[in-house]
Amino acid sequence: MIISKQKPFEEILNFLEDKQNIFITGCSLCATSCMTGGKQQIDEMKERLEQSGKTVTGSTVLDPSCHKLQVRASLKKCKAELEDADAVLCMACGDGAQTVASVVKIPVYPANDTLFIGEIERIGQFYEACKACGQCELGWTAGVCPITKCAKSLLNGPCGGAKNGKCEVNVENDCAWILIYNKLKEQDLLDTLLEIKDPKDYSKAANPRKLVVGR
Amino acid sequence: MNFKEKLERGDFVITAEMAPPKGIDFNHIKECARALKGRVDAVNVTDFQSAVVRASSLGGAKILLDEGLEPIMQITGRDRNRIAIQGELLSAAALGIQNVLALTGDHPSIGDHPEARGVFDMDSVNILQAATKLMNGYDMNGHELSGAPQFFLGASVTPLYDPLELQIIKIKKKIQAGAKFFQTQAVFDIKIIKDFMKRVENLNIKVLVGVIPLKSAGMAKYMNNNVPGICVPDEIIDRMQKAQDKTKEGLTIAAEFIQQIREEKICDGVHVMAIGAEENVATLLDMCGF
Ligand code: SF4
Ligand code: SF4
Repeated sequence: MIISKQKPFEEILNFLEDKQNIFITGCSLCATSCMTGGKQQIDEMKERLEQSGKTVTGSTVLDPSCHKLQVRASLKKCKAELEDADAVLCMACGDGAQTVASVVKIPVYPANDTLFIGEIERIGQFYEACKACGQCELGWTAGVCPITKCAKSLLNGPCGGAKNGKCEVNVENDCAWILIYNKLKEQDLLDTLLEIKDPKDYSKAANPRKLVVGR
Repeated sequence: MNFKEKLERGDFVITAEMAPPKGIDFNHIKECARALKGRVDAVNVTDFQSAVVRASSLGGAKILLDEGLEPIMQITGRDRNRIAIQGELLSAAALGIQNVLALTGDHPSIGDHPEARGVFDMDSVNILQAATKLMNGYDMNGHELSGAPQFFLGASVTPLYDPLELQIIKIKKKIQAGAKFFQTQAVFDIKIIKDFMKRVENLNIKVLVGVIPLKSAGMAKYMNNNVPGICVPDEIIDRMQKAQDKTKEGLTIAAEFIQQIREEKICDGVHVMAIGAEENVATLLDMCGF
């Protein structure tokens, strides 16, 4: 899931400084789960904008905001409200905001900061889990991502810095390499760690990437 | 006879460590170098130690070389990608620097430019691999070099680590990638280094145990709480607390440790990290009778 967090309201108002009429879009998937772009957050945003003197011409929860065909179809249904608007405030991830911006003609502003690909551990607690490196290493690391969970993205084992199992960079985090070691040991697969890993092929993560799947 | 030859012959070797200045005034490091000339076998030059901006290790190593000392150029994966690391290694060799210590590097977040992007394109094992490739006349991607460097490659290890087996696995990889000698994190408890040496007995590696002369009891406590892999035992903290002349007591403790290491042939040498008090290293060597 793409984890996002709402921007400070002042920053949002700054974007909208000389815009009076605003149309709000949300997203039914990640942003809804992150509580940054669901129906409820849209209603709250509408209220705050109106309190700040803005007019909200309408809103819709896109399903989802990163699906261009869906976005185009959904926004078509809001044609009138969009025509009345000077700007769109997009409550989705950065991807969702770009999709909306590619479909409408008026300026689109992001209401959220997009943080990472991660998991929801419980409501309101999100942890980064994958950096979309382009060649997944999980097969030999007991399901713990060394690229993301190790602060230095090390592939050949830990630095010397872990203390009591915690990462030297941030003691709130477990050292990814100790997690990997413990799990591999449990599975009797420690020998896997003896193999030297060449430096990663970062050309696989050179942006912007695209994927076209043949049918 | 140089550092490599002495180590290979089985002599007890001594290395020190210096950080290039933050600025272009190398006078202090040069003075320290002169005081150590002929008394240590080699001197590590740190590479933006603790992720702090300074003159580079290549520059520092060249200056030590000019002062007649044998440098061990440290190089980390934090600030350079694989192109820059290979280039730095080639430049070092061309300038006459033979000893290289490969490190992963501290994270930028602990340094004086915490906003910097950490590179970590290669870790310590990869840097050793790259250096070995260069020594064979090729870059990492197999392109031929005009003139191959010759390096004596080293790496670091933390003997106080839980689980130690994880460090041992990494040592094995470093050996396979070309490391010929290891310098350890500072050790204060002889038992820790003895246990560690037992664990690596059959690996046939050259180990220089790290020594930090204490300056105060507070410094020891600070390191215990904040520096991974360092544990100063209570009785040493006690001695520091009771001592009148703290600097002298710190040096005495270090000298006793070094002598025991040498007399009992526990390691192949010592690596003295004076962290900012390099001027004391000569005194320490006097006390050890070197
Ligand atoms: S190795 Fe990590 S970053 Fe790469 S694809 Fe797998 S989970 Fe994602
Ligand atoms: S302590 Fe562990 S997780 Fe943190 S940077 Fe070092 S190896 Fe990676």
